[in-house]
Amino acid sequence: MHYVIIGAGPTGVLAAEHLRKLDKHSDITIVGDEPEPPYSRMAIPYHLIGNIGEEGTYLRKDEGHFEKLNINVRQALLSRLERDTKTLTLSNGETLSYDKLLLATGSHPIQPPIPGIDLPQVSTCWTLEDARKIRDLAGEHAKVVLMGAGFIGSIVLEALALRRVDLTVVEMGDRMVPRMMNQTAGNLLSAWARSKGVTVHTSTKIESIRANKSRWWRRAKHPLKVHLDQGEELDADLLISAAGVRSNFDFLEGTGIETEQGILVNDHLQTNDPCIYAAGDVAQGRDFSTGEYTVQAIQPTAAEHAKIAANNMVRDNSVTHRGSVNMNVLDTLGLISTSFGLWMGVDGGDSCELLDEADYRYIQLQFDGDVLVGASSLGMTQHMGVIRGLIQSAVPLGKWKARLMDDPTRVMEAYLATVQAQAVAAKV
Amino acid sequence: MSWSKKLLRVNLTDGTIKEEPTNMEWANEYLGQRGLATRYMVEEMDPKVDALSPENMLIFATGPLTGTNASTGGRYSVITKSPLTGAVACSNSGGFIGAELKFAGWDMIIFEGKAASPVYLSVYNDKAELLPADDLWGKSVWEADELLHKKHADPYLRIAAIGRSAEKGCLYAGIINDLHRAAGRSGVGTVMASKNLKAVVVRGTKGVTGVRDEAAFQNAVAAGKQVLAENAVTGQGLPTYGTQVLMNVINEVGALPTRNMREVQFEGAHNVSGEAMHEPRKTDGKPNLTTNGGCFACTIACGRISTIDPQHFSVKDKPEYQKNSGGLEYEAAWALGPDTGVDDIDALTYVNFLCNEDGMDPISFGSTVAAAMELFEEGVITTEHTGGVELKFGSAEALCWAAEVTAKGEGFGLDLGLGSKRLCEKYGRPELSMTVKGQEFPAYDPRGIQGIGLAYATSNRGACHLRGYTISSEILGIPEKTDPLESAGKAGLVKAFQDATAAVDSAGLCIFTTFAWTLDDIAPQVAAACDGEWTPERMLEVGERIWNMEREFNMRAGITAEQDNLPKRLLKDAAKVGPAAGKVNELDKMLPEYYQLRGWNENGEVTAETRARLKLPA
Amino acid sequence: MLKSLHIDPGKCTGCLQCELACSYENEKVFNPAKSRIKVFNFHDEGRFVPYTCTQCDEAWCMHACPVDAIKLNLANGSKDVHEDICVGCKVCTIACPFGTVNYNADTGKVVKCDLCGGDPKCASACPTDAITYVDAEMTGYDRMRAWAAKTDNNANAQA
Repeated sequence: MHYVIIGAGPTGVLAAEHLRKLDKHSDITIVGDEPEPPYSRMAIPYHLIGNIGEEGTYLRKDEGHFEKLNINVRQALLSRLERDTKTLTLSNGETLSYDKLLLATGSHPIQPPIPGIDLPQVSTCWTLEDARKIRDLAGEHAKVVLMGAGFIGSIVLEALALRRVDLTVVEMGDRMVPRMMNQTAGNLLSAWARSKGVTVHTSTKIESIRANKSRWWRRAKHPLKVHLDQGEELDADLLISAAGVRSNFDFLEGTGIETEQGILVNDHLQTNDPCIYAAGDVAQGRDFSTGEYTVQAIQPTAAEHAKIAANNMVRDNSVTHRGSVNMNVLDTLGLISTSFGLWMGVDGGDSCELLDEADYRYIQLQFDGDVLVGASSLGMTQHMGVIRGLIQSAVPLGKWKARLMDDPTRVMEAYLATVQAQAVAAKV
Repeated sequence: MSWSKKLLRVNLTDGTIKEEPTNMEWANEYLGQRGLATRYMVEEMDPKVDALSPENMLIFATGPLTGTNASTGGRYSVITKSPLTGAVACSNSGGFIGAELKFAGWDMIIFEGKAASPVYLSVYNDKAELLPADDLWGKSVWEADELLHKKHADPYLRIAAIGRSAEKGCLYAGIINDLHRAAGRSGVGTVMASKNLKAVVVRGTKGVTGVRDEAAFQNAVAAGKQVLAENAVTGQGLPTYGTQVLMNVINEVGALPTRNMREVQFEGAHNVSGEAMHEPRKTDGKPNLTTNGGCFACTIACGRISTIDPQHFSVKDKPEYQKNSGGLEYEAAWALGPDTGVDDIDALTYVNFLCNEDGMDPISFGSTVAAAMELFEEGVITTEHTGGVELKFGSAEALCWAAEVTAKGEGFGLDLGLGSKRLCEKYGRPELSMTVKGQEFPAYDPRGIQGIGLAYATSNRGACHLRGYTISSEILGIPEKTDPLESAGKAGLVKAFQDATAAVDSAGLCIFTTFAWTLDDIAPQVAAACDGEWTPERMLEVGERIWNMEREFNMRAGITAEQDNLPKRLLKDAAKVGPAAGKVNELDKMLPEYYQLRGWNENGEVTAETRARLKLPA
Repeated sequence: MLKSLHIDPGKCTGCLQCELACSYENEKVFNPAKSRIKVFNFHDEGRFVPYTCTQCDEAWCMHACPVDAIKLNLANGSKDVHEDICVGCKVCTIACPFGTVNYNADTGKVVKCDLCGGDPKCASACPTDAITYVDAEMTGYDRMRAWAAKTDNNANAQA
């Protein structure tokens, strides 16, 4: 038996390890296209700050980890997939045959069609290669424009601010991190970022980026001119494009593997080809909260997918994926925010919130009946995981719903009294 | 050392907050908390100021062991000049806010002046700010606590607040922290209210570090905990029954003051005892006591967590009082029970809840109600004053009503808020007030327990058991048994307890540890935490220095030796029943010896020689 | 046989000695805010509930970590955060459905219970035996783990 995994990110590596755990003897091969050992994109901001070296981003640190597990790692792109012969052709000309294939090719940053997006001082923040470029251009006091205050943009903010650059954020949406936060939280986050010296433009688009060339009579201090739709023009040494991501499945064109936002999978994470599975950012898997199939592109979902897919590849679809809870945690210049599940609420459901604007603290909960289905928070770091516990266990909260409606900070108590009731005593 | 070495100085008049270094020289001489804060007050304030004027200082102070894992190391005290007594007020409280203040990086908070409108102080580590409290004014402590937790969206906040009784001028209003721990006595909450300061909220995440010798400290702390665990009182009696373990004991020795101290035994004592708190109720089968709760770092856990019978008249239609909250401690149970002749444990618990909710000191409140009941019996106070309520000894309904109107400062409640001394004076019968220096007695009758009479008479904050708890020796035999009916030798006993207590308070520990601990157990913990040599002898000397400093503050405030006295009832009317039958308190025999042992002259003044020996402040 | 923490909330008085012991052992500071065990006060019910990581088999924290900073300690079954590897991304803090991994802003790392390497100080500091360290099979954690297994998508595979 030969298991082949396309993609050497967290999903691919976790799946390979899990495959090895379940099947000691078969061949396992990971194919990744980047030159470095498998690494984590999530660690890149911390690399930019200088907290860790490049090796700190590596998914597995011990020497010879993959060799020890007898997992082959190849650096190559997948050029061709032939399903009828179960053959893969790699960019280096090599061919591999597989028995079971896992597609864990992840996602890539979207490059919006803006004039000048291909200028050399414009970068995404996605790969170690990008990190090196940012590191070189974002020195102290450099003027940096960040396009997109989404999830990735906000994480990168921290790294850039700590590099003491002069930072401007331009976000199309009417608030920061619109896909993770409501208006209140987004505004609070903007206020926080501004209080930390970051210039924040919301409801603003970048129309074009121009090279600001030096002339014989004038040396350009900053190589970029960034034009905003509201007429303003910004000088910049670097523009980081963080305008969202898209699953990597273009290579499947013509193979008959079905795709929408991502690769379509069933609840066994199996594609329409029974020998081919997909997992992680590229898979359009079930969302726990909505029951719909969407791309989540978050680490915990990738880990869940990886384990389930690996299991099902070895053990004949014995595990059903009941859906992953969409959740995020974000550290924006030291202000920590989270979102879970249906943080935007459900029709006919109740919600509650507490806001301490002066201290940048916020929490809101969303209920469907007396079950917690979503939440988001700012400035809270203790025991936040129980929100996942409450959502995923779907436990009826009973009298604790009223208590949470009254004071949503008491989620831990609600969790202990309901989900862990047996450990606490029946009467609580 | 385990100090933060800095304090917050908050000027409420101009709204400024300053950080300043803690005076470590003084910490060396006065240890901390009670001693150190009083030293600041002596230095900076004229003892003659009106206690309710902006000139009075209000200090929240921790000790060197506050915030460490020394057992009971979570205490803080509020030091100010008392509006009830005109003497120094130092009210000690457990709970959690004292340690939290240390965790935020502060040894003390000194409040000065008076805010123009209601404010509260918010302390988040280094960030301290005065915030408007207009919306909190007029709210009970419990309501304010809930609103503040929500306002700051932080369940981990620790909060100390005053209730409506303080706002309405009740002279024995305390400051309540963590919902039901109290800096209860002498009207420290009234002073806080006079400054328009509704609450102090603290969140500290820095912690306490810098114990001088970590290994020695852990050894001393572990040894101390073991002593507490193995001792019958701190290891079994207090956890099981709380301080309420004393109700039946004190009744049996004939020293349970009953019906405004007319009698020394109460026929209904058992019904309101620690044992009774364990008995299942007829209605719902649950006992009054749910569990015992500990203050910060306390390995004794004498605190009572109780419920009221939901069918009881006091709470029948009030679900908010049918939940668990702080239950009866002995002193409160006595003042609300035997002293008023009420033996209804649910009524007592309800009134105790109200005292916590609105900040009345239950000892002073109960004693004042007892005095009012006697005045009612004498026909001086009538239903015209009370609006129809029959304020009779033994009436649970009258007691509950009295608590409700005093908590809210309504009608006759304003009279009750005056305290026993002023109430009895107002109605022309000052001799019916069971007070010393204007402060009501606690739960031990000085006819049946002689030494405590001297302790009451000489206590620097007016009648008080916590300024020299000779009950330990006279009743419990700790550290050695003395005869409660004998006055000989009690002067020395009282002095030793007073000095040792001042040292224990100042360390940041709970006085209840001394049922098991002596200074030999405490000094090694202090010594390992703090710079310098801390022997038991030095602790005692520091305690004596503190005691004399407080005495001098009081003398300068205008208090004289004449007020080292007890009400006539205790000196003239002999106990009628029990072991103490025929006895009065022999204060006149003990007091001269006490002065002499203290190194004071016959006018009770600290002599120059004593001042020099103790290096008292000029 | 593996041991685990056994918690009996009925015995807890809420004194926080466990939190002090934990923060002192692990962070060299008396500081409940840095404790990996936390006592929750159900005030209205009159109950105190100490709560910390159960070292669950599912180890969501471990699997969610993008840099392999949380590893199984084979000696005592704990899942330990390796501070030198942790980058502070906090994903584990939301992935753990028990809420027992927390972020420490001072160090920029996450913290969780590691059973003090096999000698949990919370248990030895508890004055009432509300927290004890006993053979794993005797603990109520079995039931918590049972629930944990229900949440785990991969439960069947481990059976």
